Amino acid sequence: MMNFWGFSIAEARVIDYDKNDKSLAEMLAEEMPTTRLCIGCGGCSATCTAGNLTEFNIRKLQMLLKRGETKDLRDQLHKCMLCGKCLLVCPRGVDTRKMILFLFRQLSEQDHNS
Amino acid sequence: MYYDPFVLPFTLGLNILLIYLIIKYARWIRTFSTEDRQTIRRNIFTLKTWKAGKEVFLESLVHHKIFRINPFLGYMHLCFGLGWFLLIVIGKIESLVYHTSIFNPPYFAIFFRYFHPAKETFPGSNVFAFFMDLILLMILSGLLLAWLKRLYSKALGLKRTTRHRPFDLLILTVLWLIFPLRFLAESFTSGLRGGGSFLTHTAGDFFNSFLPIEQLSYPAWWAYSSALGLFFLLLPFSRYMHIPTEIVYIFLKNWEVRQGKHFSGISQFQLYSCSRCGICIDRCQLGSSLGMTDTQPVYFLKKLRHGKEHSILVDNCLMCGRCEAACPVDLRLNALRLTQRQEDIRITKSTYEYIRPAAAKTTAKVAYFAGCMGHLTPGVIRSMQSIFHKAGVDYTFIDEGGSICCGRPMMLSGNHHTAAIIQEKNKASLEASGAELLVTSCPICYKTFKEDYRLDMQVLHHTEYLDILLREGALHPHCSDITTVFHNPCELGRGCQVYTAPEHILQTISHRIATAYEGKDALCCGGSLANLHISPQQRLQLAEDALNAYAAYRPDVLVTACPLCKKTFSQPGSSLPVQDIAELVDGQC
Repeated sequence: MMNFWGFSIAEARVIDYDKNDKSLAEMLAEEMPTTRLCIGCGGCSATCTAGNLTEFNIRKLQMLLKRGETKDLRDQLHKCMLCGKCLLVCPRGVDTRKMILFLFRQLSEQDHNS
Repeated sequence: MYYDPFVLPFTLGLNILLIYLIIKYARWIRTFSTEDRQTIRRNIFTLKTWKAGKEVFLESLVHHKIFRINPFLGYMHLCFGLGWFLLIVIGKIESLVYHTSIFNPPYFAIFFRYFHPAKETFPGSNVFAFFMDLILLMILSGLLLAWLKRLYSKALGLKRTTRHRPFDLLILTVLWLIFPLRFLAESFTSGLRGGGSFLTHTAGDFFNSFLPIEQLSYPAWWAYSSALGLFFLLLPFSRYMHIPTEIVYIFLKNWEVRQGKHFSGISQFQLYSCSRCGICIDRCQLGSSLGMTDTQPVYFLKKLRHGKEHSILVDNCLMCGRCEAACPVDLRLNALRLTQRQEDIRITKSTYEYIRPAAAKTTAKVAYFAGCMGHLTPGVIRSMQSIFHKAGVDYTFIDEGGSICCGRPMMLSGNHHTAAIIQEKNKASLEASGAELLVTSCPICYKTFKEDYRLDMQVLHHTEYLDILLREGALHPHCSDITTVFHNPCELGRGCQVYTAPEHILQTISHRIATAYEGKDALCCGGSLANLHISPQQRLQLAEDALNAYAAYRPDVLVTACPLCKKTFSQPGSSLPVQDIAELVDGQC
């Protein structure tokens, strides 16, 4: 990461949609249909308790998940404190808190199985 | 020696039951922690034991809490509890007066009418016979109400009654048979040999006029004894296990054995103490607003006890505590459900490193903590700041630049370990302020500060603090005609027992309208973070229904004292204005 004058630029990279494992995203979409309603407004990230203190972004997490980049997701997810503010500000009625909890449980299950 | 083979089913059943109960309870008590054992030892020889005895009489026998739900329902339970108890006790006294030996076998008192030759009178024999008949009549009247409840529960104040397993319906039938069989056996014997009083004697004569009671009398005693024996044998595997277990639980509860975060011995006692009376069903807003009629504590505990799949039920609870407030057995229903939520979050040491170091020490004696949720309702923060200013209080605003979560939402998801780490971080920052009094605007924070943090300063919710300021005359309210209805947040009212402070404030600064949802009967706004199952749309429905219930009283303002409630109530787009109590006080002073 480069960081000049408070701005950072993401490194150039390739997202290989063919190789990425999107099973978690598919499962989430099926189990929790409200996650499909997200319009990516970022309201959740703006109000986020953790997001105000560190690099943690629910909108970005959703994007990573949909791309199948679960490793990055795994690194970020546990920063959430489950305070539930995101749920109150979401204009689309996405069950953000339950989504995070669902992902926690899935990842914990995967760890358990591996 | 008074003996007849027909007493065998009763005697065998009773002995097997007693042995089973002793083994079962001893096993559970053996799993108690050392702390719990010490607590019991400390409290067993104190007035608490006496208090427990009183509670056993009032709850297990009289069922006085159920009278509050509905007098007929209370009477029905009283008939079975106190009625059966009196039948045993007075019967025993009667048998002692007659026989004079305290060591007469238990069955002698139960089947006294069979063994006692009616012509042989003893001191007070008529009075005893009268009372025994009266009690039997009382139980039979209760039985009639129980039948009515099965057919039409609304008559006894329950919109819905519990759906039982076939096995429980079988034992229910056996229980229902016991008393009519006793009535028949006693009546036939009275008709044959005399004795009895206004009920069994009259009935005996009546049956004698058209039935061959000579042939029926002996089999009737066999049937009565068999019904009793069968009931005792089935009891440990049915909901009637609550009869003996509840008594032990009441003692343990009074000796201050607490339900902790994990499923333990005391949880077992609670699990088996649930009588499945179904009073929790109507109290649950998930049922009344969303039509979810399988998630109430009665069904959750049933599935848990019988090892049935219950993962959705574990998550699907608002933990608003409305059921707990009404539970006649006083079970810790929220804590029990929470014991079944799993720790899913694996965190590392570095996880919460991003949380900033503690706040700087100030000279102010009062510290204000808005809470992370409080920052979603900046109006409340502004009002509190204005009130501090008006009252001339020197305060420090701990989380002015934003705060971290108090850890309770994390705890409610079952992740106690992770929550403890967040709490540690928060505690350091709260105590670093050097204040003596901590005032918080969020009841969720308030509850966990009081229960889990063990802070070295006093903690108040702003409702209590405002009440103190008003009582001390630090604030000067002006007369107002505004009418208000108070929505007591779950975590503040039922959660922390704060009932009088908001009531007093609203009476001072407005015309408070009393509703059906006062005190422990307050509704849940639907925003509860404890429910991990329902969707935002369903939450909206809960909020709408609660708002409509309050709006029916036509107040100018609906007042609450929780940022989460205020935010949740603002979502359905109702015309009823919702204000936090701090905003109202600020506006009126």
